[in-house]
Amino acid sequence: MSSDVPTTTSTITEAGAAAKASVAGVDAVPGVSKPDPILTVDHIKRRFGGMTAVDVNHLEVQRGIITALIGPNGAGKTTFFNLITGFDKPSSAPRLIGGPKAGEAAKTTFNGNDVGNTGATKVAKLGMVRTFQLTKALSKLTVIENMRLGARDQPGENLFVSVIKPLWAKREAEITAKAEELLARFKLLEKRDDMAGSLSGGQKKLLEMARALMSDPVMIMLDEPMAGVNPALTQSLLGHIQALRDEGMTVLFVEHDMHMVRHISDWVVVMAEGKVVAEGPSGTVMDDPAVIDAYLGAHHNTDLGDDSLLTDEVAEELAAEVQNEKLTEGETTA
Amino acid sequence: MDQLLQTLFAILNSAISPQTAALAIAAIGLNIHFGYTGLLNFGQAGFMLIGAYGFAISIIAGLPIIVAIIIALVAALLFALILGIPTLKLRGDYLAIVTLSAAEIVRMIGRSSLLTNFTGGSNGITGNEYRGPFTDLSFFGNGQLDLGPFKYDLTGSNGWWFIATAWVIVGLLCLFVWAIMRSPWGRVLRGIREDEDAVRALGKNVYSYKMQALILGGVIGAIAGIVFILPSSLQPDSMGRSETYFIFTALLLGGAATVFGPVLGAIVFFAIRLFVQGIAGQFIPSSIMNGQQTEQFAWIVIGVMLMLVVIFRPQGILGNKKELSFDVK
Repeated sequence: MSSDVPTTTSTITEAGAAAKASVAGVDAVPGVSKPDPILTVDHIKRRFGGMTAVDVNHLEVQRGIITALIGPNGAGKTTFFNLITGFDKPSSAPRLIGGPKAGEAAKTTFNGNDVGNTGATKVAKLGMVRTFQLTKALSKLTVIENMRLGARDQPGENLFVSVIKPLWAKREAEITAKAEELLARFKLLEKRDDMAGSLSGGQKKLLEMARALMSDPVMIMLDEPMAGVNPALTQSLLGHIQALRDEGMTVLFVEHDMHMVRHISDWVVVMAEGKVVAEGPSGTVMDDPAVIDAYLGAHHNTDLGDDSLLTDEVAEELAAEVQNEKLTEGETTA
Repeated sequence: MDQLLQTLFAILNSAISPQTAALAIAAIGLNIHFGYTGLLNFGQAGFMLIGAYGFAISIIAGLPIIVAIIIALVAALLFALILGIPTLKLRGDYLAIVTLSAAEIVRMIGRSSLLTNFTGGSNGITGNEYRGPFTDLSFFGNGQLDLGPFKYDLTGSNGWWFIATAWVIVGLLCLFVWAIMRSPWGRVLRGIREDEDAVRALGKNVYSYKMQALILGGVIGAIAGIVFILPSSLQPDSMGRSETYFIFTALLLGGAATVFGPVLGAIVFFAIRLFVQGIAGQFIPSSIMNGQQTEQFAWIVIGVMLMLVVIFRPQGILGNKKELSFDVK
């Protein structure tokens, strides 16, 4: 089952090649340790009632590369995101009384800081900024206000300083200049003074990403950045994400668009039923039969909507396969 | 014609009265909660009552007026902390329920006969007992000043001194709210109103900001309580649930999340009530509606008007249509 889709269509930048090279010698086994991990997660479990949504024993994310997190719906990707960004607490978190045994308690280390028991605010302050699957543009604030809100070190965000404008006006001007630069990069500058609520779904995604970048994060976590974005915009978003990596940022993203994952990710982590089932360079992982079974499906490289591809041969092949599956199912039930 | 003129004078007098100013101040405080931060505080009258009791009891205990004011404001601050610590991490509805009941608890404690020595029980405290130090501060002198329809003593209770102080406070608070809401601090609050999680993801301590807003609005509510009782008397029942409702009406009428909305709303609120009452009293024969009923009728009109405003002009008189700030989430 070799892939006939080229792994990259764009030119690989120097930084991109370096990023790929940094994980070149790493074995493609779940939970493998990386040469320079920025994020390390241990024994992280989250139960909702009787259902275990996330159960990750060990995972490391390499610094300075683009890591994709893929998996079927309900695999626990977003929950995992919430757990590491402090929006949710693991069920296996250490407690004063009771709780898990020592050595089995959840532990998350980000950039040298233990963030296992930190709230979302502090995690973001440490430089891990996220976006949301359901876009959270602050719709009744203008686009530029949204952007300014993302900036850090604004003394005017202190109540006592805020009363006197000269104390924060200088920093505000810097922030605004930076915001305009980012807006221009994301082609949102002409929307500067519009309410964020008036933007289209795709533009809101762009705004959310631009806003996250206002704080100069060390690591950016994107939850389905391409969902609902038109193809042309997807192309430019891909460019933006690669540019972030080339600037030295670490990117972790959840995505269902396999072409995109193949196109830009340096490393792919596959989750299913809350567990990490595979990880490795995109080419290796996507040809892994376990991953194909669990998630991709045998015809993931075929556009099933394309009639020209659906020749008689293919149709017969598909029919035979369905027949086979029925047979095997029959065998197992028998 | 005489009657109409009388109604007009009554409206003008109510527009400048310290009671209107007190309502405006309470609405300014509530605006910080509800208009800018999206906190549903249904107990603003409770903050007023805390401020009023703190001030009156301290004065009666013989403390200087400045200390009495500080005690009143600190009491409101503590009240906000007590309400905020358990509820601000939860969804907005919990704050609404807790503030609603906490305000009632304050009123019930104030009314209870156990504390009659301090609070005067359900009779409250008469103005003469605490008004002295404030009247002594007046530099307006004695005598009376007539300005057109406004005829008041210079310093006596409900006189020019009280009116001027009340409206100067309103002016200063408007200036203050304008200054903080155009700042990055105000921007964070408005972000929280839209979506807490988004703001949290940007590294802002949402809990702390909500607490600051709750305290600030509550302390302004306590100032409103002091202004409210100075020209009259302190009666716990005058700052109950209905007062909270009046404050909300004034805020929504004038326009939430605007600087002058609460002030305009407070003035319009009293003006409409007196207008309806005056017109109804004059043109509706007393066989259909007597004097007492016209007053009740005026309240009904206010209630209907609140509904109409919320449905057809949710941004209020001054609100920004685009921002359309008032939405109950």
